[in-house]
Amino acid sequence: MNKTRGIYEELKPYRNFDYDGFFSGLADKDIQTILAKDQLTALDYLALLSPAAEKYLEPMAQKAKAITLKYFGKTILLFTPIYLSDYCTNKCKYCGFSALNTQPRKMLTLEQVEQEAQVIASTGLKHILYLTGDAPTISSVQYMKNCTKILTKYFSSVGTEVYSLTLEEYKELYEAGVDSMTMFQETYNEALYDDIHVAGPKKDYHFRLDAPERACQAGMWCVNIGALMGLDEWRREAFFTGLHAAYLQDHYPEVDINISVPRMRPHTGDFQPLVDMTDMNTVQYILAYRLFMQRSGITMSTRETVDFRNHMMGIGVTKMSAGSCTAVGGHIHKNANSGQFDISDERDVEEMKKAIRQQGFQPVMKNWEPLVGES
Amino acid sequence: MDSQEDKFILGGRELKSRLFIGSGKYSDDRLIPSIAEHSGAEVITVALRRIDFESKTDNVLIHIPETMQLLPNTSGARTAEEAIRLARLSKAAGCGNWIKVEIISDAKYLLPDGYETVKATEILAKEGFVVLPYISPDLMVARSLVDAGASAVMPLGAPIGTNRGLKTKELIRILIEEISLPIIVDAGIGAPSHAVEAMEMGAAACLLNTAIASSPQPLVMAEAFGQAVAAGRKAFLAGLGVDQTIAQASSPLTGFLHE
Repeated sequence: MNKTRGIYEELKPYRNFDYDGFFSGLADKDIQTILAKDQLTALDYLALLSPAAEKYLEPMAQKAKAITLKYFGKTILLFTPIYLSDYCTNKCKYCGFSALNTQPRKMLTLEQVEQEAQVIASTGLKHILYLTGDAPTISSVQYMKNCTKILTKYFSSVGTEVYSLTLEEYKELYEAGVDSMTMFQETYNEALYDDIHVAGPKKDYHFRLDAPERACQAGMWCVNIGALMGLDEWRREAFFTGLHAAYLQDHYPEVDINISVPRMRPHTGDFQPLVDMTDMNTVQYILAYRLFMQRSGITMSTRETVDFRNHMMGIGVTKMSAGSCTAVGGHIHKNANSGQFDISDERDVEEMKKAIRQQGFQPVMKNWEPLVGES
Repeated sequence: MDSQEDKFILGGRELKSRLFIGSGKYSDDRLIPSIAEHSGAEVITVALRRIDFESKTDNVLIHIPETMQLLPNTSGARTAEEAIRLARLSKAAGCGNWIKVEIISDAKYLLPDGYETVKATEILAKEGFVVLPYISPDLMVARSLVDAGASAVMPLGAPIGTNRGLKTKELIRILIEEISLPIIVDAGIGAPSHAVEAMEMGAAACLLNTAIASSPQPLVMAEAFGQAVAAGRKAFLAGLGVDQTIAQASSPLTGFLHE
């Protein structure tokens, strides 16, 4: 395995980079030259995220479509999240689970986890992603391991999207049957990160930034990262996410690195996005990333609208959530607590499968066979 | 050799077609029977990690014609241990004893791990599997696979999904010359002309997926590949004309010697 110097050091040269100067120096021929390349450098990727590249969205889409088809085929992998607990000790300005919000909290008992798993599994889904708030003494690693044990009975792939863990804790989850890990840095802007994470363990920028690398080291098959779009200038967040993904892929070639492009959605609380990210911006991000990281999966969640999700199939997106509910226990109790955020695409799994087929794609329900355990 | 007598026996089964196809990347698994029919292929590879043995509707196996030879692959395995586990699962689930050992620990280029592949092949061959290992075309690895009990060797023409053709042609040629097992070119074949080229060289068969699955007209492309593989084989059996590297000058420089 290659020696790593850490993602923080890797991103350092770009923290005080003259983005405006770089963007204003780009001419049409620069974008055209980049579009003719097979392999892009980091600065090529940044150029495709630039305002100058906006008028090249169509050729970018054509190329992204061909690359996606080549490596992923006409398929969309489906998964759904399950919220185990919304107890949270963090005070994050933008999140519905924040301890700043006073709504009643809930954590599923193991019996309820089993009930939720049965309901979700009955839809045919085989990939599940479980989430908790950041409350280590309540939704502990041991609790997650117990839940994992139940979920692996029903699903071929169990992913985790929880608070940052240590390497040993990720290893424990991996051994328990978790094969993938998702961690959103929220924002790569260190000063902004400090400002919006008012208090709580999540305030540690470095511990969160290094979490995906620890998951890679723990043996996770798939690691998914992303920035929460709407907190800081989108081009920079997209660029840093891409650099982070490339860093992980270079240093952990055995891991399937994916990104998500979550845009802020309404939630409990009154925080408004600091930056607007339009559909066009989102498309440009996804296309540029696809051209930069050709074999990397791209996930699009139910935060996005039906129409937008339908159009994004095939031009970069490879995974989608379906039948989502962001409330704890929301699959068995329709009147569950408020969710982490409001979803936009409310289609159930069958409707999603139908829509994927209508777009000329195959909905893939299973793409993983558990490989941990006795051989 | 007369092409009528050109038998291809692999794993104890005589195969009429030397085209092996994949089952992934299609917009609909229901296309598979037609792809098989149009291509004439009798061997189909299936990613074990994709098979939902419990589902009666979302199970790729239900779309594979019973007459086809199933070649489950260990895609997703990063180590010999994981590949072995998948192979055993496949056999226990009734998928037969053929296995394509595919061990990839490089998600960036999807290149196979030769060392782990040899380890898995040795164990699985001893357990009675018909092992078809996917490798980078490396002579030493191929020799180790012969010793390990492989039934064929499957070198890549170019990385998976690239459709770039026979970028490793020289190395595949060496395998064909040096290895006594059938050499089945796998990965990278993106056009019927690439398949013809591989077969003309003496490859025993070709396996491909993306080139058909990503074609706007997959059925037509399947047919084209079936014909290409057959034509390439026929050309190999017929014997290609000798490459003429020195021109036959109309006014020879040494003609005066005979005047």
